[in-house]
Amino acid sequence: MSELINSSLRELSAALAAKKVSAVELAALFLDRIERLNPGLNAFIALDRDKTLAQAQAADETRRVGAGAPAISPLCGIPLAHKDIFCTRGWRTSCGSKMLENFVAPYDAHVVEKLAGAGMVMLGKLNMDEFAMGSSNESSYFGPVKNPWDISCVPGGSSGGSAAAIAARLTPAATGTDTGGSIRQPAALCGLTGLKPTYGAVSRYGMIAFASSLDQAGPMAKSAEDCALLLNAMAGFDARDSTSLERPAEDYTRDLDQPAALQGLRIGLPREFFGAGMDEDVRAAVEAALAEYRKLGATTVEVQLPNSGLSVPAYYVIAPAEASSNLSRFDGVRYGYRAPDYADLAEMYSRSRAQGFGAEVKRRILIGTYVLSHGYYDAYYLQAQKIRRLIAADFKAAFQQCDVIMGPTSPSVAFAFGAKSADPVQMYLSDIYTISTNLAGLPGMSLPCGFGRNNMPVGLQIIGNLFDEARMLNVAHKYQQVTDWHTRMPEGLK
Amino acid sequence: MSLNLEDVSRIALLSRIELSAAERASTRDQLNDILGFIEQLQAVDTAGIEPMAHAVDVVQRLRADVVTETDRRADFQAVAPETEAGLYLVPRVVE
Amino acid sequence: MTRAAQWEVVIGLETHAQLQTRSKIFSGSSIAFGAEPNVQASAVDIALPGVLPVLNREAVVCAIKFGLAVGATIAPRSVFARKNYFYPDLPKGYQISQFEIPVVSGGGLAIRLGAGDTASEKFVHLTRAHLEEDAGKSLHEDFHGRTGIDLNRAGTPLLEIVTEPDMRSSAEAVAYARALHALVQWIGICDGNMQEGSFRCDANVSVRRPGEPLGTRREIKNLNSFRFMQQAIDFEVQWQIAEIEEGRAIRQATVLFDPDTGETRSMRTKEDAHDYRYFPDPDLLPLEIKADWIDEVKSGLPELPQAMQQRFQSELGLSPYDAAALTASREMAAYFEAALESAGRENAKPVANWIMGELSARLNKEGLEIAAAPLSAPQLAGIVRRIADNTISNKIARDVFDALWAGDGKDADAVISARGWKQITDTGAIEALVDEVLAANQKSVDEYRAGKEKAVNALVGQAMKATRGKANPQQVTDLLKKKLGA
Repeated sequence: MSELINSSLRELSAALAAKKVSAVELAALFLDRIERLNPGLNAFIALDRDKTLAQAQAADETRRVGAGAPAISPLCGIPLAHKDIFCTRGWRTSCGSKMLENFVAPYDAHVVEKLAGAGMVMLGKLNMDEFAMGSSNESSYFGPVKNPWDISCVPGGSSGGSAAAIAARLTPAATGTDTGGSIRQPAALCGLTGLKPTYGAVSRYGMIAFASSLDQAGPMAKSAEDCALLLNAMAGFDARDSTSLERPAEDYTRDLDQPAALQGLRIGLPREFFGAGMDEDVRAAVEAALAEYRKLGATTVEVQLPNSGLSVPAYYVIAPAEASSNLSRFDGVRYGYRAPDYADLAEMYSRSRAQGFGAEVKRRILIGTYVLSHGYYDAYYLQAQKIRRLIAADFKAAFQQCDVIMGPTSPSVAFAFGAKSADPVQMYLSDIYTISTNLAGLPGMSLPCGFGRNNMPVGLQIIGNLFDEARMLNVAHKYQQVTDWHTRMPEGLK
Repeated sequence: MSLNLEDVSRIALLSRIELSAAERASTRDQLNDILGFIEQLQAVDTAGIEPMAHAVDVVQRLRADVVTETDRRADFQAVAPETEAGLYLVPRVVE
Repeated sequence: MTRAAQWEVVIGLETHAQLQTRSKIFSGSSIAFGAEPNVQASAVDIALPGVLPVLNREAVVCAIKFGLAVGATIAPRSVFARKNYFYPDLPKGYQISQFEIPVVSGGGLAIRLGAGDTASEKFVHLTRAHLEEDAGKSLHEDFHGRTGIDLNRAGTPLLEIVTEPDMRSSAEAVAYARALHALVQWIGICDGNMQEGSFRCDANVSVRRPGEPLGTRREIKNLNSFRFMQQAIDFEVQWQIAEIEEGRAIRQATVLFDPDTGETRSMRTKEDAHDYRYFPDPDLLPLEIKADWIDEVKSGLPELPQAMQQRFQSELGLSPYDAAALTASREMAAYFEAALESAGRENAKPVANWIMGELSARLNKEGLEIAAAPLSAPQLAGIVRRIADNTISNKIARDVFDALWAGDGKDADAVISARGWKQITDTGAIEALVDEVLAANQKSVDEYRAGKEKAVNALVGQAMKATRGKANPQQVTDLLKKKLGA
């Protein structure tokens, strides 16, 4: 049975349907692994064996009662874990912060509801950078997450717990969120496949906001096929999110089984993504992947994203501005941390927030407050929004020449703890290839494409046009059918 | 543009984040590093460019005027730091 | 030169009108008044992490109605912004409002000042009206020296209506506020209940010497009655003038009016910490209002008071004063129109007089709204008709009014016939009566003949008394004079 830890979701689904394994057995298998391996990784920060097994039992019952019925989701009975940014009723939802250390959400996020509705079994909640602000998972109040490929290295962030948990095969799948690369960068650093959908494809309801106009939830798993199955359950219109898009439901797996679909695919290679700044080991792996795509029938064309160099500074105006306002609700009045000692209301606010938030969160709130403040709004915030439009326009032009864009996900493989944590700007540059996608609202994904320095995984990024997830997933899937990077797992964790 | 300690205090007050004297100085340096980094935006000519506030170009959807919520006070106040008689309590507010 | 002539008062008003929707502006919570604390505060209203706002369509309809009613421009695309500040009754740490592009801009309201010969009209220009959410309530009564927060009101839809600094006296400000108060109720977007806070005004007041630039203004917050508004502005104006005359500059401030002392005082909230950091709310997309939606709302709007006043003057020949009084509320106007329909347009003036006189006085005395009048419009019309055709005198008419008010009888005719109040118009009968009166009151007859013309009044009184008021007083007077003069 232990071979199931490396199975695809389709294989798990088939095993469950054939009654080769029960959902309870599957959940127990992963829970036991978590118990054994998580202390060394710190990926999970909330577990509740009874609740998990009760869900698994319910899934078994659903499959038993409705055996063969088309209404049963292929995901029914398959375990997954949620990034702790998603509100989960009856479970602590901390967002990686002391501020919410004791916050038990009184409601479920839309994504949590949808996946539970499909019968997926929740193993627990996953560690993350505090309020999703970070690229290394070092900002979590609950301690850093270790990269299963090398525990002296970061797993990436902010969905570092999700990435580490899947890489260590503590869960077959996880949810993540991506504001500037928080799904793709940890997926790259941990050798996984992760997708940030088009903004608005997945409801943000119940997902604790970092930067509302950039945040988007998405699936993380071993393969593109797994991500497609998960996205089928996660995506869809939700009336509770004004930015949720009203579109007919899509089957993101629809192209996966079609043969040779990459003939004639035009892959755009932005000159700006292949310049200096990318490590040579990353470049080598990405170039090899592109060669593989050419073998599969795709052609490559150079495109230009002339303003992409401005994406990180523009992002570090827009995201903190929105965050400074989004995080004002954490004031110690209705929920969350309240400082024990204060003389008056003003002190209750400023101490609760000073003690409840970590350094990076406070830094971003302060920057955000500053760029919105009187006299600076036009120079910073408005200017950044204008540059955001330029960046989006660059992509629009590029997609006139190509079907998908490819490049590295991260400029380097996973780095050591502490390597960048003292220098915020260096840390921000970890997301240099992923941020422009969020600014433009486009879908982006990362898939493993080899190994670099110290045998650490390298991620290939695919950026698609708006609503082009199905094509991207197929493009990734075809590559994964001829390579096995996505099936590799860290030695020593087997 | 570079922040001084007074600027940092003002921003911290607006943000309701208490900073000790030592934190104020280190915060000033960090914020100035970040501001130095985003300063490059100023060099870009954006004349005539419409600011982009949303990732997708759609308009607001409207909700029917229907009461859909029921009383969940007990649930919500179970996670509150301090309540009495159904009210959230805070230090006395003087107007 | 008097002090008043040396100073010009400049007033602008900001009014928060609570919109008459069922649910909140961004959540599905009820906005009913008076519920237990926090039972109408949903996850969105208390700003739990992760929840999101969705705009209530009806709130937008209210804004469109208002824009149409004041002849304003309705923005084809307006934007919701966040106004950031910390306060315990503001759960998100920001208020969702509109800043750079409000839903309604421009337009205005005509107000009437004074009455009779000195009456005048003035047009108060509106700067804008925008949609926003209300905050919760802070209860300062003692919870062990702490403040209690009730978020039931948080998220209640408001239309904030802002005027240009067009008003020049407290009387003008009150006249505008009353006109606005009547209008928002007229078009059905606000219940106007000032006690419950459905209609709250802030007044920006400054003074200057005529011809000089605007003075520094102080904002008087939360004026919840017209009387307080007048008192507060009057006090504030005198205070500002005194300050300046004593050589002190006015500093911009937010002040509260204390009805007990009749004075205004600065709020203790620190003004220096305010920097609202408005920016477009990323959770809400631009609000689009297409022309066909505006047309649809327009077709559902009632005739507006201004148009109705014009019509009453041109078609019915009523005075501007009467027309204004009859359109003070939609219920008043509806009552008048219903009575008119039954009484006939030729009786417009007496119908108007009865409504503004007897009916209004009685309603006032008993604390009733016109919609709750025990006397229906057709019943009132019945009285007017019988006066017009000389069936009853004005005096008897009041008795008929009383009877119908008390519910004695289904209409004027029934009351008149049941009580035998039909006016005596038979000339022969009146002539006999007059003869009797003349015979019995020789003293008055002598006085009249001696040149004291008023003596005839006593004789008329005797005749009316003898008929218990049923004789036509004019007929009696004419006949008496004729006989006395003979």
